[in-house]
Amino acid sequence: MHWWFPTAASTFAGPIDGLFTAILIITGIAFVVVEVGLITFIVRYRARPGRKAFYTHGSTRAEVIWTAIPAVTMVALGLVSNHYWVIIKDRKSVPANAYHVGVHAKQFEWQVTYAGPDGKLGTADDFTVRNQLHIPVDQPIAVELSSEDVVHSFFVPAFRVKQDAVPGMHIVAWFQATKTGEFEIGCAELCGMGHYKMRARVFVHTPAEFNAWMAQQAAGGTE
Amino acid sequence: MTSVAHATPGAHGGGAHHAPMSFWRKYIFSTDHKIIGIQFLFVSLFFLLVGGFLAMQIRWQLGFPGKPMPGGGILPESMVVNGVILPEYYIQLVTMHGTFMVFFAIMPLLVGVYANFLIPLKIGTHDMAFPRINMASFWLALLAGLIMLAGFFVPDGAPRAGWTMYAPLSARPDLSGVTIGQKLWCISIVALGLSSVMGSVNYITTIINHRAPGMTWFRMPLSVWALFITAILAVLALPVLQGAAIMLLFDQTIGTHFFDPIAGGQALLWQHLFWFFGHPEVYILILPAMGMVSDIIANGSRKPIFGYHSMVFAIVGIAFLGWLVWGHHMFMSGMNPTLGSTFMVSTLLIAVPSAIKVFNWLGTMWRGNLRFHVPMMNAIGFVSMFTIGGLSGIFMAATPVDIPLHDTQFIVAHIHYVLFGGSLFALFAAIPYWYPKMFGRMMDERIGKIHFWLTFITYNFTFFPMHIIGMGGQMRRIYDPTVYDFLKPQQPLNVLISISAFALFASQLLFAFNFLWSLKKGKRAPQNPWDDNGLEWSLPNPAPHGNWEQIPNVYRGPYEFSAPEAGNADFLPQYVKLPTDRDPAPAIAPAAGH
Repeated sequence: MHWWFPTAASTFAGPIDGLFTAILIITGIAFVVVEVGLITFIVRYRARPGRKAFYTHGSTRAEVIWTAIPAVTMVALGLVSNHYWVIIKDRKSVPANAYHVGVHAKQFEWQVTYAGPDGKLGTADDFTVRNQLHIPVDQPIAVELSSEDVVHSFFVPAFRVKQDAVPGMHIVAWFQATKTGEFEIGCAELCGMGHYKMRARVFVHTPAEFNAWMAQQAAGGTE
Repeated sequence: MTSVAHATPGAHGGGAHHAPMSFWRKYIFSTDHKIIGIQFLFVSLFFLLVGGFLAMQIRWQLGFPGKPMPGGGILPESMVVNGVILPEYYIQLVTMHGTFMVFFAIMPLLVGVYANFLIPLKIGTHDMAFPRINMASFWLALLAGLIMLAGFFVPDGAPRAGWTMYAPLSARPDLSGVTIGQKLWCISIVALGLSSVMGSVNYITTIINHRAPGMTWFRMPLSVWALFITAILAVLALPVLQGAAIMLLFDQTIGTHFFDPIAGGQALLWQHLFWFFGHPEVYILILPAMGMVSDIIANGSRKPIFGYHSMVFAIVGIAFLGWLVWGHHMFMSGMNPTLGSTFMVSTLLIAVPSAIKVFNWLGTMWRGNLRFHVPMMNAIGFVSMFTIGGLSGIFMAATPVDIPLHDTQFIVAHIHYVLFGGSLFALFAAIPYWYPKMFGRMMDERIGKIHFWLTFITYNFTFFPMHIIGMGGQMRRIYDPTVYDFLKPQQPLNVLISISAFALFASQLLFAFNFLWSLKKGKRAPQNPWDDNGLEWSLPNPAPHGNWEQIPNVYRGPYEFSAPEAGNADFLPQYVKLPTDRDPAPAIAPAAGH
C-alpha cells in the first residue's frame, strides 16, 4: 500500500510536499477543533428533561476572533504559496541554462522532439521519439508543450510536474530531476477514449549516459 | 394563531378563492408553488437515482477493471462486451454522472424543490409572484432532463467529454467520436438554464415584494436568505453557460470555430466561460444547503442561531467572492501564472466566510438543549463533512500543492465531500424536516436513524480514501488505473472504495423505501411536529392551496428558541403575538393574484 505522494525525484518535490504537510497541519488543527467541538457539544448539551438552552444571539468578540484567525492564516498561506508558485510556474522562471525538449501531445501519445547536433529545436536535424522522454539528471529541463488536437495534460507524478498541453498554444514547463531511473508520464486531462492509456516513460540519465544516448539517436535514430 | 387579524389591502383570502380543480390542474399542470416543489422533488430524486446507477458502474470498473460487471450483459455491445465496460462507455458514464448529479439532481433538489416550496411559506404569502412562469420552469427542467437522458439511446451514445465539456474535444465529433449525444448535451443545458433563470426571477421577485407584514429582511430565516442569494447567482451565472453551450453547439453544427484553434478559435475560452459559470454554480449547490441546515440546527439546538447577522453577511460574502475564483480551476491550463496568483488569493479568502459559518453552527449548538431528530443528525453530519470538504479545498487553492493534485482523485474526493457530505446530507435533513408540510405525514424516525448511520459510515469509507489515491497520483476519468505501474500498489484502496460505494448505494434504498412508504403509511403529522418558529407551521399539514386565508403578521426573528418571553415553552413562533408586541404596518406591495 502507498499512503503518500509518489517517489520524490525533482527539485520541486521538496517545497511542494513540504507545503502540503504544512497545510495538512493547519487544516488538521481546524479539523480537530471543529470535530471535537461537535462531539463535545453533542454529548454535553444533549436534551435532558427540565433543562433549557442558554438564550443568546451570539457574541461580536467571538465573530471577530473566528473571522480574523482564518483571514490571517489564509493570507500568510497565500504569500508562502505564491513564493513557490513563482519559482515553479512563472514564465520568467525558466532557468537560462535549461535544456529544451519539445513535447507534442496528440490522441493518444506523446511525441518528444530533441534538438540535433546544432543544439536548437525547430531545425532540420531535430529528431522525434514516441512516448519516451530522455533527460540528464541535475539539469534544468524546459519542456516546450504543444498539442495536435485536444487539451492534454503532461503529468509526471514523481517530479510534481503538471502542465496542460493546449492546441494553439505554446507553453513551457520546467523542472530538474534529482534521481536517475525510469518514471511514468500520464495524461491528466480527459482527452478522449484512449485517455487512460496515454502513458509514456521518462528516463533520467547521468550526463555521460545521456550524451551517449543522444549520440546514438543522432547517428541512427533520426527520422 | 394568536395574531390579530389584520386586513392587508389588496390581499386575497387564501384557500377561499380556490374552487376544486381537476386532477390535471391540481397535480400535473399546477401553478401552486408547493405542488411544483413536490414535482421537482420526485423528478430530481429519479435523476439522483440515475446518477447513482452510473456511479456504481464507474466504481465497478475502477475497482475491478476488466472483470465482467454483474448485470452488464443487459447492456448493448456498444457499451459492454462480455460484461466488460468499454472505454468509450466508461467516459460516457463519468460525463453523465457529473452532468446528472450537478444539473438534474443536486441543483433542482436544493433550488427547484426548496426555493419553490419554502419561500412563500416562510415569508408568508399565497404563492410565487409569477406562478405560470414557475410552472413553465418545472416543465422545461423535466424536458431538459429527458433530452439529456436521450443521449444514451442515440447512435454513438452519450457525450464523452466530461461534465466540464472541455473544448475542442467536445466541439469536434471527429475527436470525441460522438455526434448526436454531444449536441443533445448543449440543447439540454440551454433548456435547463432557461428553466433556472425563470425560477430564479420568480424567487427574487417574490422575496422582495411578497413578504408578510413584519417580515423584515433581518427577520427572514437563513434558508430564505440563502435561497435569495442563490437565485441571484443563478440568474447571473446560468446565461453565461447557456451562451457558451450555444457557441459549442454552433462549433459542432454550423462550422464556427469559437473553441477550436484550427481556424482561429481559443481552447481556453471555453474553460473561462464554463468556470465563470461553474464556480458560482458550486455555491448555488451549497448555499441553500447551508441555509436549511442553519434552520434545522437552531431548531435541534433549541437556541437562536449564533451570529445571525454574520451568517447573512457570510452568505453574501461567499456569493460575491464566488465570482472572483473561477480561475482556480485553471491553474494548470496554460493561463498566465500571474493570474493564478490572483485567483489563489481570492480562493483562499473564501475560506473565511465558510469558516464563519462553521463556527457559528458550533456556537449555535454550544449550551443548547440538543434534540437528535433525524433532520438534526443529518444537519450535524453536514457540518462535520462540509468541514472536511472545505478544508481539503485549501490544498488545491495553494497553487504549488495543486500541481500534483489537480485532475486527480483528490479533487474527486473534495467535490464529493462538498456535494455529498454537504449538499446531500443537507437534503437528508431537509426532506424529512419539511416532509410533513408536503404530505401531512412523518417519515419513519427509526429507519431514518439507521439510514443516517449507514450512510455516514459507508460514505466516509467511499470518499475519504480517494484523497489518498489522488495524492498517489491517480488521474481523474481514467478507465483503468492498473495501466500505470505507479498506481498499481494502491489498487486495494480502489477495491475498498468500490465495495463501500456499493454499500453506500444500497443504504440509499432504505431512504427511498422510507420516503415512499411514509407517503401512505407514515404517522400523521401534528401541526408543528418540530416545535419550530417558522410561519409555515401556522398552517395545517399538508398546507392548503393558496396557503393562508389571512396572511399572518410577523412579530420577531425566526430563531427565538428558549426566549425568556416564551415562558415554559422553548420556542416562540414568528407569528405569535405577545401582549407586548405591536402589529407591524400592513404590507405595502399587494399580494399578487395567483
